Amino acid sequence: MEETDVIFLWGSNARDAHPIFFHHVLKGVRNGARLYVVDPRRTSTAAWADVWLGLRVGSDIALANAMARVIIHEGLAAGDFIKRATTDFDAYRACVEKYTLGYAEQETGIPGDVIREAALTYARADRGMICWTLGITEHHNAVDNVFALINLALLTGKVGRYGCGLNPLRGQNNVQGGGDMGAIPNRLAGFQDMVDDEVRAKFERAWNTKIQPRPGWNLTQMFLAMDRAQLTSLYVIGENPAQSDADLHRIERLLGALDHFVVQDIFLTKTAEMAHVVFPASASWCEAEGTVTNSERRVQRVRKAIEPPGDARDDLWIISEIAKRLGHDFGNPTAEDAWNEMRSLAPIFAGMTYARLDACSGLQWPCYDEVHPGQQFLHARLWSNPPEGKLAPFNVVEHEPPVEQPDEEFPFVLTTGRRLESFNTGVQSSGYASPLHRGESVDIAPEDAGRMGIADGEMVRVTSRRGSLEAPARIDFALKPGLVFMTLHFPDQVPTNFLTIDAFDPKSGTAEFKACAVRVEGVLPGEREAVAGPYSAALRAGGG
Amino acid sequence: MDLHLLDAEPTAEERDAVDALLGAPTSGWDGGVRDPVRDTHVAFGGHDARAQRHLLLPALRAVQSRVGWISEGALNYVCTRLTVPPADAWGVATFYALFSTAPRPKRILHVCDDIACKCGGAEELIGRIEKTIGPPHHPPTNGGPIHVGDFAWVRSPCLGLCDQAPAALLQEFGASPREEPIGSATVERLESVLSGAENSGEAAHPRAKRAGEYTLLTKRINEVDPTSLEDYRAAKGYAALARALEIGAEAVIAEVTRSKLLGRGGAAFPTGRKWDAVAKQPARPHYLVCNADESEPGTFKDRILMESDPFALVESMTIAGFATGCELGYLYVRGEYPLAFERMENAIAEARKAGLLGGSVMGRSVRFDIEIRRGAGAYICGEETALFNSIEGLRGEPRNKPPFPVQAGLFGKPTVVNNVETLMNVPHILLESGEKFAKIGTDQSTGTRLFCVSGCVQRPGLYELAFGTTAKELLELAGGLPRGKKLQTVLLGGAAGVFIRPDELDMPLTFEGTRAAKATLGSGVFMVFDDSVDLRDILVRIAAFFRDESCGQCVPCRVGTVRQEEALHRINSKKMLGGMKREVALLDEVGAAMKDASICGLGQTAYSAVESAIHRLGIYSGGAR
Repeated sequence: MEETDVIFLWGSNARDAHPIFFHHVLKGVRNGARLYVVDPRRTSTAAWADVWLGLRVGSDIALANAMARVIIHEGLAAGDFIKRATTDFDAYRACVEKYTLGYAEQETGIPGDVIREAALTYARADRGMICWTLGITEHHNAVDNVFALINLALLTGKVGRYGCGLNPLRGQNNVQGGGDMGAIPNRLAGFQDMVDDEVRAKFERAWNTKIQPRPGWNLTQMFLAMDRAQLTSLYVIGENPAQSDADLHRIERLLGALDHFVVQDIFLTKTAEMAHVVFPASASWCEAEGTVTNSERRVQRVRKAIEPPGDARDDLWIISEIAKRLGHDFGNPTAEDAWNEMRSLAPIFAGMTYARLDACSGLQWPCYDEVHPGQQFLHARLWSNPPEGKLAPFNVVEHEPPVEQPDEEFPFVLTTGRRLESFNTGVQSSGYASPLHRGESVDIAPEDAGRMGIADGEMVRVTSRRGSLEAPARIDFALKPGLVFMTLHFPDQVPTNFLTIDAFDPKSGTAEFKACAVRVEGVLPGEREAVAGPYSAALRAGGG
Repeated sequence: MDLHLLDAEPTAEERDAVDALLGAPTSGWDGGVRDPVRDTHVAFGGHDARAQRHLLLPALRAVQSRVGWISEGALNYVCTRLTVPPADAWGVATFYALFSTAPRPKRILHVCDDIACKCGGAEELIGRIEKTIGPPHHPPTNGGPIHVGDFAWVRSPCLGLCDQAPAALLQEFGASPREEPIGSATVERLESVLSGAENSGEAAHPRAKRAGEYTLLTKRINEVDPTSLEDYRAAKGYAALARALEIGAEAVIAEVTRSKLLGRGGAAFPTGRKWDAVAKQPARPHYLVCNADESEPGTFKDRILMESDPFALVESMTIAGFATGCELGYLYVRGEYPLAFERMENAIAEARKAGLLGGSVMGRSVRFDIEIRRGAGAYICGEETALFNSIEGLRGEPRNKPPFPVQAGLFGKPTVVNNVETLMNVPHILLESGEKFAKIGTDQSTGTRLFCVSGCVQRPGLYELAFGTTAKELLELAGGLPRGKKLQTVLLGGAAGVFIRPDELDMPLTFEGTRAAKATLGSGVFMVFDDSVDLRDILVRIAAFFRDESCGQCVPCRVGTVRQEEALHRINSKKMLGGMKREVALLDEVGAAMKDASICGLGQTAYSAVESAIHRLGIYSGGAR
């Protein structure tokens, strides 16, 4: 990141949402990298950019495919690399051919010349990096969006090389680690496929138990299964779905109907309040031993600094005790015991002893044995001739706008996101005072506010097909006409997710938090103050 | 960039002033009217926007010059245009004495009360101004009513008109601003200039006294029209650049090295070595900076050179740029020098028109151009790294060294920075050869030196002398003291220099001669005090000057300059803490801390003059008055 030539932050407001990571972006920028920010809003991240590409919500594929077409037509595609290391290029080329600059401008709203310049800069750079977050993945076609970005990197050969790559930014320090350990429905530890008989057999021998030969449900599928009354018991660890999920009226109803509902958390969250049993857990960053894996796949040790308060217990202890009650004695394992067992079963972690993690300040997986240095980046294999392992496929994806389009009744698009000083549903961040905390607001473009006579700070009512709520309006020049913005940080005051849609991507299970149709109305009767002129509001909004 | 802007809006006048410099804004994001289609789908910024930071000082100056002060609205607009956080820009705007961030009249008279003018009767003049015009201007206090009249006057540090003491500078802000330096000021003359009946006259025709057999630097002064390139060329102008282009960059540096030319800014670094070091740096681009921020009290030589022979400086800079591989040079002219700025601006424009600057200098494939920058009243910006920061649009605070400018100077690139006088020697060296130049003066101090003679002498002014002349000879050339006056002391090198005793006048005015006598030539100041001057007052003025001009960045200087001034006040008002001996010990200790621990030369020399007055003259032990 710090030694690359061009950085695309696509659907990522890293300045606010990943502030630590953004320091690394800024180091890259100070070393000369050009920064492109693709976001419907001109966020504080975009204000740092050389070019802000302010696309319409959900038009990412139109933009990416149009960039691909420019790159191909200009002869800047990485021909040899494509031929040697990828598959399905012809189908891809045929698909993007219809994404002309004119079409892309019409769908994204971004001037064609700007799209063209962005494509050329990315293609011509020796090193280039694409980072994305929820602006890409919280859509009904999340996986397609990701494919569109992967295609660009393959097209220009910007994978598996120093200073290049594709980087989905993680929302917590250990999101990656959760996946590493097999806390996903279709994989066992170390991303081993659970439908693979040999893999399962290995784990079954080690654990002396049977493992189901089919994937489990993801979060979205679980709620669907609850709806069918197929899922009746739920054990939630460190998650707050009663406030973080889309279409909360429905979530509340489903959680309320469970036969048996267990929550394990360090706070008594809204979700925990609904549970039949609550296990107070230790805070994993200071009251427990273990490891975390960060965005660059680096496994690092976490050390216990203090004892957990009151009756709170280590997660590992709680799980072991439950296992005991269920008839499986794990034998009071320490974190290192559990880790070593995992190493014996998951080859990519085999070389990571606690001693080595200490000595090397963490290691990046895969790390196959105790002399392996870990791997700085994946996919370098694509550059060997012939490439090792499976070739990288282009995935043909087409532009598909969000499920819910604005209409006469609901003329605005609501998109949701985060603010610098708050974290997710506020479980960890709303309990302290911050001069930046200003509560929830409905951010609205000055043109819309002016047209509707809504003043800055005035209460407005926002209504979607699923719910309705009131919040103060905030005029924000970062927004384009027709777009409003809210966060999920203050669910107790403004439960934004009562408005959001539960449309989701069948491939990933992610809900479309980034787009739903709403109506905005002033709630003050009578005369309204005229809003300030555009220039003064621009200054207030922090534009420039 | 994170911009947290204020609510304040610019007036049409403020907006105009900024737009006249930067051009009209191009979108709603840089201060223009928001286009609801384009501006909501694309914005540009980043590297290009941040690269404009160096325009902050000119933009603030544009507002100051048009409106007379910099309002929050104007600051907001400048920040929006240049992508600079307002808090940051506020730090810059408040750094410079010639900028006001509070409402002020559109006409301001700066009356110098610094040491040379004090000798020339500044306090008497100020007393009379107070009687006839009224008290000096004070910025409105917080919350108090703001009453801004048409005119105000303020006391000012040295205006660089010491040969014409007492001096003043009139500034009129507006669409066609006017700046008039006023030498030999009387109330009557001030009133006549204020009424517009008279322009400053005297200052427009700088006096240059010539003495001795050498006129390397002063030969064209008062002889050649400083606004005419044609006349300059007729007077051997641009022969040196032609020769430089002919012999090549390496040979130019070799010639300068052979001349043994030492820097005239105060540090006396060998110019040839500096040039060679920059020329060999692989990093590109290289920058040339000409330090014309002459602010040492008592110094006015660079002003006279720029006012009287501006094309010679343009030519000298072009040679230096060519020799060291620079394609761009910055000329940073002191804010208080309107005429020098005007003459230099004209000379640069004329040279550009004639193909002597630009893409192909003298028709060769040599690229060199000069950007001119004007300071805004900050002594510290004469320090080379503070000067870089000032050009870059930052507060003019010195940087830590290393890295040295030859490695990482302006914009972090290899930079050759030279004083005006130093550079002006170069054409002569090229035309006559370095060896011939090295024969002038002494073995270790080659060439001539410009001395700024001021204070209690019959003929103050600029004197060009071969190195080796003694202080006594210079005093005699300047006509000695007025009849009936007795010499008390001479201040060598300015406020950062050293007072010498009358029995030390045999000191040769060379780098090595002054060094051996634990004195300094500094910037060539030679300020004479007769026995009627109360030196204790002068010391307090010097201490006040350093306290005021300290940038405040490092503790020894920020605190030390205040403690020094306090102690001198206590001594003068006979309210000493524990007696004279203790006060002097305290001054010595504070002085040593400033000298040892300050980041830059300001703090390191802030005690120099006071120390010499105490220990050389014995001012507090009955030595001097």
